Amino acid sequence: MKHEITLTINGQSVTAEVDSRLLLVHFIREQLDLTGTHIGCDTSNCGACTILLDGMSVKSCTYLAVRADGAEITTIEGLAAEGSNHPIQKGFHDQHGLHCGFCTPGMIMRSVDLLKNNPNPTEEEIRWGISGNLCRCTGYNNIVKAIQQAAQEMQKEKETTV
Amino acid sequence: MFKCKTSAEVGGMGHSVKRKEDARFLHGKGNYVDDVKLPGMLTMVMVRSPYAYAKIKSINKEKALAIPGVLAVITGEDLAQYNLHWMPTLLSDTQMVLPTDTVMHQAQEVCAVIATDRYIAVDGAEAVEVDYEPMDAVVNPFKALDKGAPLLRPDKEGQKDNKIYHWERGDREKTEEVIANADVVVKERIHLPRIHVASIETCGCVASYDKDTEKLVVYLTTQAPHAIRTIVALVAGHVGLSEEKIRIISPDIGGGFGGKVPVYPAYVVAIAATFLIGKPVKWIEDRSENLVNGFARDYHMDCELAATKDGKIQAFKVSTLADHGYTDSSANPSKYPTGMFSICTGSYDYEHAFAELDAVYTNKAPGGVAYRCSFRVTEAVHAIERMVDKLAAKIGKDPAMLRLENFIKKEQFPYASPLGWSYDSGDYEATLKKAMEMIGYEDYKKEQAEKRKEGKLMGIGISTFTEVVGAGPSKDFDILGIAMFDSAEIRVHPTGKALARFGTKSQGQGHETTYAQILAEELGIPYTDIEIDEGDTDTAPYGLGTYASRSTPTAGAAAAIAARKLRDKGKKIAAYLLEVSEEDIEWEVGKYFVKGAPEKSKTIQEVVFAAYTNIPPGMEPGFEATHYYDPPNLTFPNGAYICVVEVDKETGAIDVKRFVAIDDCGNIINPMIVEGQVHGGLTQGIAPAMYEGIEYDDEGNVLNGTFMDYLVPTAVESPHWETGHTITPSPHHPLGAKGVAESPTVGAPPAIANAIIDALSPLGIEHLDIPITPAKVWEAIQAHS
Amino acid sequence: MIPANFTYHKATSLKDAIALVQSLGEEAKFMSGGHSLLPMMKLRFATPEHIIDISKIEGLSFIKEEGDLLKIGAMTTQTEMEYSDLLRTKYPIFSDAVKLTADPSVRNLGTLGGNIAHGDAANDQPALMLAMRATVVAEGPEGRRSIPIDEFFHGFYMTALEPADILVEIHIPKAGKHSGGAYHKVERKVGDYATAGVAVYLELDDDGLCKEIGIALTNVSAVPMRVERAEEILRGKEITGDLIDQAGVAASEDCEPTSDLRGSEAYKRSLVNTITKRMLNKALERARQ
Repeated sequence: MKHEITLTINGQSVTAEVDSRLLLVHFIREQLDLTGTHIGCDTSNCGACTILLDGMSVKSCTYLAVRADGAEITTIEGLAAEGSNHPIQKGFHDQHGLHCGFCTPGMIMRSVDLLKNNPNPTEEEIRWGISGNLCRCTGYNNIVKAIQQAAQEMQKEKETTV
Repeated sequence: MFKCKTSAEVGGMGHSVKRKEDARFLHGKGNYVDDVKLPGMLTMVMVRSPYAYAKIKSINKEKALAIPGVLAVITGEDLAQYNLHWMPTLLSDTQMVLPTDTVMHQAQEVCAVIATDRYIAVDGAEAVEVDYEPMDAVVNPFKALDKGAPLLRPDKEGQKDNKIYHWERGDREKTEEVIANADVVVKERIHLPRIHVASIETCGCVASYDKDTEKLVVYLTTQAPHAIRTIVALVAGHVGLSEEKIRIISPDIGGGFGGKVPVYPAYVVAIAATFLIGKPVKWIEDRSENLVNGFARDYHMDCELAATKDGKIQAFKVSTLADHGYTDSSANPSKYPTGMFSICTGSYDYEHAFAELDAVYTNKAPGGVAYRCSFRVTEAVHAIERMVDKLAAKIGKDPAMLRLENFIKKEQFPYASPLGWSYDSGDYEATLKKAMEMIGYEDYKKEQAEKRKEGKLMGIGISTFTEVVGAGPSKDFDILGIAMFDSAEIRVHPTGKALARFGTKSQGQGHETTYAQILAEELGIPYTDIEIDEGDTDTAPYGLGTYASRSTPTAGAAAAIAARKLRDKGKKIAAYLLEVSEEDIEWEVGKYFVKGAPEKSKTIQEVVFAAYTNIPPGMEPGFEATHYYDPPNLTFPNGAYICVVEVDKETGAIDVKRFVAIDDCGNIINPMIVEGQVHGGLTQGIAPAMYEGIEYDDEGNVLNGTFMDYLVPTAVESPHWETGHTITPSPHHPLGAKGVAESPTVGAPPAIANAIIDALSPLGIEHLDIPITPAKVWEAIQAHS
Repeated sequence: MIPANFTYHKATSLKDAIALVQSLGEEAKFMSGGHSLLPMMKLRFATPEHIIDISKIEGLSFIKEEGDLLKIGAMTTQTEMEYSDLLRTKYPIFSDAVKLTADPSVRNLGTLGGNIAHGDAANDQPALMLAMRATVVAEGPEGRRSIPIDEFFHGFYMTALEPADILVEIHIPKAGKHSGGAYHKVERKVGDYATAGVAVYLELDDDGLCKEIGIALTNVSAVPMRVERAEEILRGKEITGDLIDQAGVAASEDCEPTSDLRGSEAYKRSLVNTITKRMLNKALERARQ
């Protein structure tokens, strides 16, 4: 059965027809051609599909596209303006927080939510905060450093804009 | 620590420059196989066997084909018409592409559904009706050799039982004699269970055949695109696919670790499907398909280590039973069915050793070499490092002291190991001492003594390993006959920027940066001006791909030598431009100058420009060089790892308090990238040590085939790694560099296992097989109380 | 990875949801967070023909103290519980449990109601509800009704909820001056279900004696369970180390774990013993603060 949904993706309004059972991750990747969000498992463990939905990190493989009607979604492609870097993206680059890049979009989107709720996390809080995102390449040390750098920079930004 | 010859702007060796490839990954613009969309593309989904061993009585495609959008159901019988239902493996065995009568392991591919989209294809797969007649599976490899065991491979001519091959190395008689007469002998049966690489991107392909041009293009998750191209040409040549018309494109790969080396049956089915239909066919496996297909390890090793009463090692013997699953499809060099396992004599100086191995068939998925193992070095090192610790415990000697007393000494390199390797360089004592200093070994020993008085379980574990990577010299190393050289092709443009291509294929190791840094080092062209390209067999020079930490040792060397060819050409051009003879030209990174008159100079960029615009008479224009490097030897990185743990006596919970890893990989190209590789390898080392292991029941069912139960470490399980280096350059590598990325996966598991067992030793526990879980610890504590 | 076909319905209100489920019948399932049901559907272990999405129904997400009750709406997410100051300060047993439940992204969508409504003994919240003597408030075709937690879990995946019932609220007796609770579960890795989990909630009287106590377990029985015998050992008495030891033994004897990939039956029983004691001590410490 088909449903019409209207939602905002990366600031743009999108109207589309989706099957009841279409998973949000497939809607994003196949219908919207935003392939930065990845699929890494089938039991909601790996987090490679993480996006922001109404400001919260959500595993888009475990969300029906039809449920996203009226939602505001940000994928990795929409995190920063073309050619520029969000502090978290900068942190990952500066601290070598990525190798193959496959877990990276999900890890970054999860980090946005993590820092929103906890702007100054300890190392332990960061590790628990990304525990729903698996990485096989980096050994996590530098991902932690990337998020720590981003947290510092975002705190500074807040202080200077106040 | 790293004295760089080049400036930060040029970014040659030793500079921790940030990675050039990051931008696309950070912005979601990576191009992985599942991102590939071609016009008219169809989707393929496999139907897989629920049984480990069964006859196929019938396959009914009717209901599946009745679903709108399902275009075809391909079976083994369909492929048999083209003789494509079986394919050769890399080790002269054969493997089913699709079965015609018998399935040999749970989740084996049974047939393929082709549909217009993935959702319909899955519905189609559910609708295929397969009638199986299950048989009793052979699951225990020891039982596979029983008299009454079913013959698993009646298809193999002359096969009378389930033995695949027997292998041995060393002097059995002498070694057994030394062991029989030794003061001290420690024995143990060590099993390294099956594990799965579980890279976050699963395997897949988009195969596209054009009936007009007769060209086949396959986007493939592969670590070795050229080898695949040649194999496809050999396997499918008889149906008309010839090598110049096959193009394999390995785009961005989301992690390989050896799991993307094999030719999986589904690849061949997809190629057959596109060949027959003439439309692109995409196949991407689910995680639960991925985890039950292919594996690493599964060696049962009976080890004996003999020493004097003071702990001087005299001999080592290991007899192994290797569980290969239903066919030997391990991706070893052809003359090395057990890979580099004979490095099991380790980092120690002694004369006598003997290693033998019997490989058997069972009803499990094939595979064997993967998971960052350097061709079985993980198995070899685990064996020797566990046994060395057992020896230390038996004679009551400190394990660090025992190692220091037995190490091969710096002056002894190149060292001829008891089983025939020529270790190139190392300073094992310096490496271990650095690890001991960094972790504060003596302080932990004191703390441990005090805690033991209180009945607390604290353990310290060491692993000092010698790795062997960089396969390899053509006289010894080949994959299906193709020698394991590798290649670099460099082209410098008129404006002094360069494009270089390689026969290797990064899956996250940072080649786009490190190769550029090698070239920057050799040519003085800034690394930011050098584009690196790999993975497209139409354009990249032939190579054997990236696995077993071979890229730096082989293609990295090729890059250096090709660059030096260019430098020599440049020297001639500089001499011409500066109007002196070639002997009067000297080189300083990025610049040729006249001996004694350094103000008379030409930059490399000026020289390159001249190669296009002001060519010396008689010289070939352009500025391009290719080199195929045949390494004279492998390289032998080494390391010393120390782990401190505390064990909760009541729950068995293990807390890794510290882990220090000192690696020696010779000269380092990019310290930041090397450190990152070490972190990643360490996490893939603690994974099998404490969390991962594929479990089977007696019927051959895989019990933990999803991420819910196959326990990949998160950032919480993964400790805060502490790393460092010693540097003993490789004497034979043009850059003095060795491979490194697999060292941590090799060295970490025994360090962790040794630490946990050390913690439990006051209770009388002497050995535990990995993964050592809290449940396992608890059971061991109960058994010993 | 791909669910079987079904029809999606969005419920705009409780009444709407109830009417929908009554008309669609047996083959209709409610979906709130979707992180229990959808994963099962993706593996095709569950193939409902209709999904009624109740996640958009307003007014079911709140955490407040009202009268002598702590009230939490059934659609309150785990993340909302995690960051609730009220729960963090006055009812830290929730913080203990939520931190160990799944992972942060799953918690953004997982609801309290969803964690209880299936009657799954592997979920964490049922043990808390039992230990805290919660009351489940459900809305059905006949209106609202309250179900004491001891009457809620009937059997393996079976609760007191009728097919047309929706769990709307949880009521918990408000914390007293000397209340304390603690939860811990042993897991093989972060995000796993419990190998064994123990929830302890107790209240001391002004003399420091145990006025009331609840001890409940996660994933060591087919049905979420309280360990009544262990509670009996402590109720009305001064909680000493010796009594704590006895309670631990009782809990380990009365639970019904099965051997599986997480460990043997003996191991799980031993964990129940150890963790019960540790949580009793922790709850006691919090009660005395």
